[in-house]
Amino acid sequence: MSEKKAIRAAYGEALAELGETNKKIVALDADLSHSTMTYHFADKFPERFFNAGIAEANMVDMAAGLASMGYIPFVSTFAIFGTGRAYDQVRNGCAYSGFNVKFAFSHAGVTLGEDGGSHQAIEDIALMRVIPGMTVVVPCDANEAKRAVKALVEMEGPAYLRMARMPSPILEMDMPFELGKANILRDGTDVVLFACGIMVGEALEAAKALESEGISAAVVNIHTIKPIDRDTVLSYAKKCKKVVTVEEHSIIGGLGDAVADVLIGNGDFKFKKVGVMDRFGQSGTPAALLEEYGLTARHIAEAVKSL
Amino acid sequence: MNLASLEKTCRAVRRDIINLTADAASGHPGGSLSAVEILTVLYFDQMNIDPKDPKKADRDRFVLSKGHAAPALYGVLAERGFFDKSEFKGFRKINGILQGHPDCKRCPGVDASTGSLGQGVSIAVGMALGARLAGNGAKVYTLLGDGELQEGQVWEAAMAAAHYKLDNLTVIIDNNGLQIDGSNDQVMSLGNISDKFRAFGFEVIEIDGNDMQAVSDAFHIPVSGKPKCILAHTVKGKGVSFMENQVGWHGKGPNEEERQRALKELEDEA
Repeated sequence: MSEKKAIRAAYGEALAELGETNKKIVALDADLSHSTMTYHFADKFPERFFNAGIAEANMVDMAAGLASMGYIPFVSTFAIFGTGRAYDQVRNGCAYSGFNVKFAFSHAGVTLGEDGGSHQAIEDIALMRVIPGMTVVVPCDANEAKRAVKALVEMEGPAYLRMARMPSPILEMDMPFELGKANILRDGTDVVLFACGIMVGEALEAAKALESEGISAAVVNIHTIKPIDRDTVLSYAKKCKKVVTVEEHSIIGGLGDAVADVLIGNGDFKFKKVGVMDRFGQSGTPAALLEEYGLTARHIAEAVKSL
Repeated sequence: MNLASLEKTCRAVRRDIINLTADAASGHPGGSLSAVEILTVLYFDQMNIDPKDPKKADRDRFVLSKGHAAPALYGVLAERGFFDKSEFKGFRKINGILQGHPDCKRCPGVDASTGSLGQGVSIAVGMALGARLAGNGAKVYTLLGDGELQEGQVWEAAMAAAHYKLDNLTVIIDNNGLQIDGSNDQVMSLGNISDKFRAFGFEVIEIDGNDMQAVSDAFHIPVSGKPKCILAHTVKGKGVSFMENQVGWHGKGPNEEERQRALKELEDEA
């Protein structure tokens, strides 16, 4: 098993590192800085860190104000609160004004684990993706998260960085990170697996298992869900004809729908979404939850074989 | 401050409000008319701004948290020279710069898009923190409706403003006492607004918000180490007799006959 590291940990380190050279970066948190890992930045740059207390709506609009003054605010809390409770502030306070606010929300998906369904965001990608002008990034591992934070500092405009809680495998990729450009991790000809976040690792395992059964599966890491890499999605779908999307998110409104939007009207494909089947999460270990919600390599391989 | 000149500007802005809402046959004249003195003092006497350079970095900022008072803001911005009055014909119309609620991407002089109530103080707190961080001396002002105080986020932001000791921030309440469904007390009582802001850590100044001198004086009262709240008692529909204190003029434009009557009342004295 390869080395593991939490995506949120890489975010916290990257932000603190980038803050050294870019004095425009500021960070905001809502009393969760040791969970979202913004404490690294707060320790180094206390004058550029603002703890809003347990008041997410106010925090997001404070970021809007800071962005309007020329700063680059990174706002962090759990994905469920940032995209849910503070939705109007993200939408109207920040995005509608076109402010350059980065929403770096952690603990997304069912693998948040034991805290249960109230805290597990399974709809956050959908909520952010539907906002005009919002960039949506879901890094697959800690290394990619670090590159993503740098890319988000360098781009202008509102963006969502979705991060998981638990340590997940470093996928040993040494690939360039370009916003909106998907990375092909494994080539194949029978089926293409479009995956994001921690499900990229599961998709790679599924592809390995399928190979032993004589099925050639391509794995494409869609780290940027919006704007999606239409060319890569279309070319791999056309090459393989069978498409499976894999995400730790509701099958409604997330990566699966983003891929489907590209494919509609562009050919005949067999298509299946692997994701949370329109239900809330619950308490459990991350591993038990991935099993219960059908989000393991085995489930992905079964989905492929059912096409 | 030249009182006579500012009063003349106020009448012009009130005529702008009537013409904007009459031409659009919609919009919010009541809560625009109540805020005219406050906005006129801000833009003609108080704020460090330059209509020729609306984005200059060290400018003072204003956030119209009660975004539905857009006609008052547009009137003041036009009278101050941020854009030509020929833009008025596009108010609330497709592709116009003067959207139903202020849009900072379209309209010069607007620092933040607003309309969804309760968010302005939070945005202003962020701006005030940014101004302090930049050390550029910029001051930040935001105007709220009284009904808007029913939004819980206002109090999250009030807590933050006091926590960060933002003495470069002034929160103004346009306390005309009325909201869409009736008086504040009929809909959701606000209690003692002064006491509430004071309890949150603000310096509170209570004035007649339609008295130009009182408005100007309130802005000039110095505060240190805490944010300022100006509780401005105003009259909804101020300046147009048949609109004053009438809930019904919250969100509809005057017809042609009403426009003419209103404009006559707002004429400059010869």
